[in-house]
Order: sequence, then structure tokens, then C-alpha cells
Amino acid sequence: MPVETVAPKIELPKKRDDSVLVQKSSTVKVSVHDLNFFYGRAQALHNISLEIPERIVMAFIGPSGCGKSTFLRTLNRMNDVIPATRVDGKVLIDDHDIYAPGTDVVELRRKVGMVFQKSNPFPKSIFDNVAYGLRINRITNSSSELAGRVEQALKDAALWSEVKDRLKSSALSLSGGQQQRLCIARALAIRPEVLLMDEPASALDPIATSKIEELIFDLKKQYTIVIVTHNMQQAARVSDTTAFFLLGKLIEVNTTEKMFTAPNEKLTEDYITGRFG
Amino acid sequence: MTALTALCTLLAVGALLIILSYIAWQGIGSLNLQFLIDRPRPVGEGGGIGNAILGSLVLLAISSVIGLPLGISVGVYLSEVGTGRFAGAVRFMVDTLTGIPSIVTGVFVYAVLVLPMKHFSAFAGGVALALIMIPIVARTTEEMLKLVPHSLREGALALGAPQWRVTLGVIIPAAAPGIATGAMLAIARISGETAPLLFTAFGSRFFPSSLNEPIASLTVQIYNYAISPYDEWHAQAWAATLVLMVLVLGINISVRFVTRKRF
Repeated sequence: MPVETVAPKIELPKKRDDSVLVQKSSTVKVSVHDLNFFYGRAQALHNISLEIPERIVMAFIGPSGCGKSTFLRTLNRMNDVIPATRVDGKVLIDDHDIYAPGTDVVELRRKVGMVFQKSNPFPKSIFDNVAYGLRINRITNSSSELAGRVEQALKDAALWSEVKDRLKSSALSLSGGQQQRLCIARALAIRPEVLLMDEPASALDPIATSKIEELIFDLKKQYTIVIVTHNMQQAARVSDTTAFFLLGKLIEVNTTEKMFTAPNEKLTEDYITGRFG
Repeated sequence: MTALTALCTLLAVGALLIILSYIAWQGIGSLNLQFLIDRPRPVGEGGGIGNAILGSLVLLAISSVIGLPLGISVGVYLSEVGTGRFAGAVRFMVDTLTGIPSIVTGVFVYAVLVLPMKHFSAFAGGVALALIMIPIVARTTEEMLKLVPHSLREGALALGAPQWRVTLGVIIPAAAPGIATGAMLAIARISGETAPLLFTAFGSRFFPSSLNEPIASLTVQIYNYAISPYDEWHAQAWAATLVLMVLVLGINISVRFVTRKRF
């Protein structure tokens, strides 16, 4: 079937801050070499090699089941908790192989925070949710410092003004969008260096989604953010670089702008223009 | 179809109502404050079941102290820690334990505790009841822990929590109301047991003074009075039955109260 080149349907919104571009941050934060991943005998990821520069937002896109979430979860070894899985290859964070024997997984997960698709606040108070990571990692013993860190995390997650008068009430009393921002605050409280977000807005309404997206935009000044999304407009709006996955393979990594206007790969173009997926 | 199921329901509920009202009808006559606080007296002198009520509570306390921590621990093991064949074997054994007739438990405790100690004791009775409790508590705890969404575990792990802290700090608190319900139901279940107490706690006509002595319980008292030839004791057995029923009902209602809060 002949394929005519059509202009991509997605219009790129204007970046609010043009100074933060990929080229500017040259330091590589995460570097992945020939990563293969298996669920039992089924191979979910094939020879993935990828570099994620510091302090940018990288989006992973691709159809369902393409392995983008699995790949995201290899970056903080969250897949370790799934039985019968196997990894080979290297994932270097700050030049340290996180799959090397003797790696402290607890330390790794402090450094690489994660926000999940479905908000998962603990059935505790709002304050205790944010303080959880600080307490278990014994980051501070003074209660005033703890309160300060909790406040800062809630502010960073743009939730403080909405919850400051009811920090003691249950986290489950918050709305869905607030719960997700609480989970972001919880992840930010321990000040990770990398923040992994697995479709953080997929269960939220457009208003809550736009709040999360603004938040991501603000957070990249301090954090390296990797976001998995089903929503290509979202990828276009929030990310600096985009990686396209298909059937467990990394098809293309490019600046978001190029990815959505002139991708190098035919497959990427087909996906982005909605020919499949 | 509707008529048939309605009829069956009516029969079942009707039987329950008849039992309840018959016990109340028979028991209420002998029920008074003296009966509730006095100890048994010889026929013709009145007396009461105060020592049996206290004894039952002591037995429930002993069995809870032994059975709840063990049962909850087994449940946590089955849900959070154990994997593979061994956990499967443990689960199967726990299920088998649930099905063991309670008289067998009584005879077992008689053989391993009462015989070596050479006397019946409240302690032995408590152990027998605890053995009945453990599998019930273990399985309800396991089920409740499994209901805690996987996302909570991942959320805590992703914050750098070690597995044991996830279990103790997040999973168990999240399942606490359900675990409490299971515990209360197990207590309600064993508070009606007679058979395991016959060869262990044995029964007593006095107020308990030590856990190392035989102790009275409502159920054994009811049994002893019911098989006696005296009308007065029969009447007291009915009254004691009413008290036991109210106790079990009370526990069940408080279970309802605890669970209602969750929804």
C-alpha cells in the first residue's frame, strides 16, 4: 500500500521556556546499554540502548504492551518485585551500574523516585503520606525539619494551598487529581534525582491533567524526569525528548520537536499520524 | 422458584428465631443479678454462673494472647513472605487444621499438656481454644492482606522502603480493620466451644484463683447442668445458655460495627 507523506496532525504548542532545551544539558544522567528483559520466557524488551540527559523531560510513547512501562520500571528496579523476571544488559545511573551485584536497591529507589499510573496514597493522613519516605529513610529526626520538608514537597507538587489546613485528614479524602499530586509530593519529599512517571495523568480529568503537566514543566529545573504516556499530545506538550517503543524495541529517540514534525523512522511517523496503535 | 426459595429462607430464619426466642423464654426466668455474680451452689440453694462467666473470659483472654499473634503471623507469612511449595503446604495444613473436629483438639491438648502436668488447667483450656483459633485467624488475615492493592506495596517500595517496613508500616495497617474482624469472628467461634474444654479446663465450681487450676466456663457449665437430673439446674442451664448467646451475639454485633466503618 503506497503511503503518502502527510503532515503530522499534532501541533506543537509553544514551549514556555525556550532556554531549557536538550542540547543545553549535556550531562548524561541515565545510560542504558543493550538491555533485555524477560517475563518468564517471554522477552519484553529487546536490546534497548538509550541515554537520558540530566534535567530534561523524556517521554516514552508507543502502543499498549510495547514495553515502555516495563522499561521505565527497570530504571529503579521495580520489576524486581515481579516473580520470574530477568534482566540482562546495563543500566548506568551516574555511571554506576544499578544491576551490579551488591547494589543497594533501597538507596537506588531513594535516588530514582516513581509516580504510578493509578494514584496510590497510603491509608494514612496527608502529612504522614508525604513524611513516609523521610521517616523510613531516616532523613531527619527533628519534627520541625520534617514538617518543613513535607511543606516544601507539597508546595513543589502544587498541592500545599489546597491541603495546608487539613494535613491530618485522610489522604483518601482527596480528589483523584489531588491524590496523584500527593503521590508526586511523596516522591519529591525524599528529593530524588530522577523522577519516573508511569502515565501519571491517565486517570485524571483535563483540568487535573493540565495541573500535573504544569508541574512536570516546573520540576524539570531540578529533576530528570522520564514520563510514560499514551497521550501523544501530552508527550508533545511536556517533553524535551521523546522515545518511541514498539513491540519491545526502541524504534527512535529524538527531540520532541523533530519526533512530531519530521521523525527519522517510517514506523514512528506511521504511529504518530495514527496509522496504527 | 421465588416461592420455593422464599419458603426455604423462611424455614431457616424461622428456625433461628425459634431457637433464640425459646432460649430467651426458658432462660429469662432464672436470670437475675445474683445468678450472674454468684458461684454454683448445691441443689436447692440457688447459686449462679459468675465463676463460669469469668472463667470463659479468662479462657478467651488466654487463647487470644496465644492464638492471635500466632494466627496473624501465619497469615502475614502466607500473604507477604512465603512463596512456592512450602507456603502452599502451610496453607494446606492450615486449611486442614480448620477442619479438625474440636474434640480432637481437646484430646490432643489433654495428651500433650494435661497428662505431663498431671492436672487440668485454665492454661491447657486456653491452648486448646488457641489451636482452634490459629487457622481461622491465619486464613482471614491472609485474605485481608491480599485485598490490599498491589499498588500500595509498589508505592512504598518505590520510596526506598525495605520489604519488612512495607509490610509492617503500610500493608498491615491498611488491612487492620479486616484483620480485627477475623480476630473477633474467631473469638466468637471459640466462645461457643465445649468439647475442647472437657479434658483441658475441665470446669470448676469455684471462682478462678490461678491459671494452673481447672477453671469453669459457660459452655461446660451448661453441659454439666443440662445432663444433671435436677430441674433447678436445668433452668440454670437455660439461663446460662441465654447469657452465652448474648455474649456471642454481642461479639458478632461489634464485628458488624467494626466492618461497617470501612464502607
